Amino acid sequence: MSDWIPLWLHKLGSPPVFYRFAGALRPWMLALALLLGAVALYGGLVLAPADYQQGDAYRIIFIHVPSAWMSLFIYGVMAVASFIALVWRIKLAEVVAMESAPVGACFTFITLVTGSLWGKPMWGTWWTWDARLTSELVLLFLYLGVIGLYHAFEDRRQGARAAAFLAIVGIINVPIVHFSVNWWNTLHQGSTVRILGPSKMSGDMLWPLLTMMAATKFYYLASLFGRIRADLLAMESGKDWVRQIAAREEAR
Amino acid sequence: MGGYAAYVWPAYAVFFVVLAADFFAPALRRRRNLRELRARLARQSARQQRSASS
Amino acid sequence: MNPTRKRRLTIVVSVLAAAAVAIGLTVFALQQNMNYLFTPSQVQSGEASAYKTFRLGGMVKAGSIQRASDSLKVTFTVIDAGGAMPVEYTGILPDLFRDNQSVIATGHMDNARFIATEVLAKHDETYMPKELKDAMAKAHEGKKVDGAAAQDNKPGAPQP
Repeated sequence: MSDWIPLWLHKLGSPPVFYRFAGALRPWMLALALLLGAVALYGGLVLAPADYQQGDAYRIIFIHVPSAWMSLFIYGVMAVASFIALVWRIKLAEVVAMESAPVGACFTFITLVTGSLWGKPMWGTWWTWDARLTSELVLLFLYLGVIGLYHAFEDRRQGARAAAFLAIVGIINVPIVHFSVNWWNTLHQGSTVRILGPSKMSGDMLWPLLTMMAATKFYYLASLFGRIRADLLAMESGKDWVRQIAAREEAR
Repeated sequence: MGGYAAYVWPAYAVFFVVLAADFFAPALRRRRNLRELRARLARQSARQQRSASS
Repeated sequence: MNPTRKRRLTIVVSVLAAAAVAIGLTVFALQQNMNYLFTPSQVQSGEASAYKTFRLGGMVKAGSIQRASDSLKVTFTVIDAGGAMPVEYTGILPDLFRDNQSVIATGHMDNARFIATEVLAKHDETYMPKELKDAMAKAHEGKKVDGAAAQDNKPGAPQP
């Protein structure tokens, strides 16, 4: 590998080191996720006032929008890790990509279900084939395709390479999901939270939403670290360090 | 919930149930893998002992 | 066929099926989008005449909603900047259906009236408490420009 990669990063890429690193960080990530999530829930369900148009039904936004955001964010992480895995053949990048997919699929599923539960009372329908809803559904199929392709091969690394390729091709869908509400006339409304310019939400509703977005980020890290640890143990089951862990867990 | 409880609470339930399932799945996988590894190691050492004694 | 190969085959087939479904849905959605909605003025200028059923998008004219006393039948007028279209609908309306609300109705023309089979409400991306909305409305009262119409994000705008 090239020598411009700092030594500590190189070391972090070694399975036993990353296993310990992820194990040490994971409880903190989970604690932050739970803490921020609890604060956001209190802010969103108790403190935030009802909306002038939608009454209390808009409170679904506090999970719907963070989940939708994570469904796109995780896809981006997965695609970048896939790219690194394909080009530099770094085992850890493969693991990150393949273990991100189930988490992303979960968030996409949540987005679709909560959106449906929100659409029924407000729009008057559970589902409509507009560009935003359809492209998010395509995102779910992409995640399932990546997961399926990964498990279709007997050889894990071969499966990971095929799935990584699909993940990279599918990245084209991410901007489509995000900009669908601008590019086409959809039933779905535009973005409320804006990175550039002021968000279209009053402050007492906005901060729980942003807090929940942070909570889901930390949750993703916690879940990803747990998944990577499980995966590393399975991949390296012939190695000494895994045997030691197995022996240690038996003693307990 | 201003008449919308039937939509808001199921949405929150889905959120927490799906994420909890996602979170606990790898822990189960990890424990199963380690158990299988221990069984394999036990078989191996048993075989080695047998071949050593015969 | 041995079980491993059979398993692999089913997985590959299901992945291919999923990909096919995904592509199919995308094409389907894009085609639907071609006629996702027409505004009243577009309909009146004959742009929608090629379609038997289409979507009509616009704003509910304030004060035009009339509910039948003995059934779920509702008549109202959908307007945009340059046109108006009477709409007839029988069924349950979404909670957001009200004066000055953006709506998208699916249905067909019957002479000069639009007979809707489905009415969906579209809301904008703005969220605020009622008190703030009232305060803003009060501040605007001097100007009195068509209230909600001015700040709605005009879903009935002509398609690019």
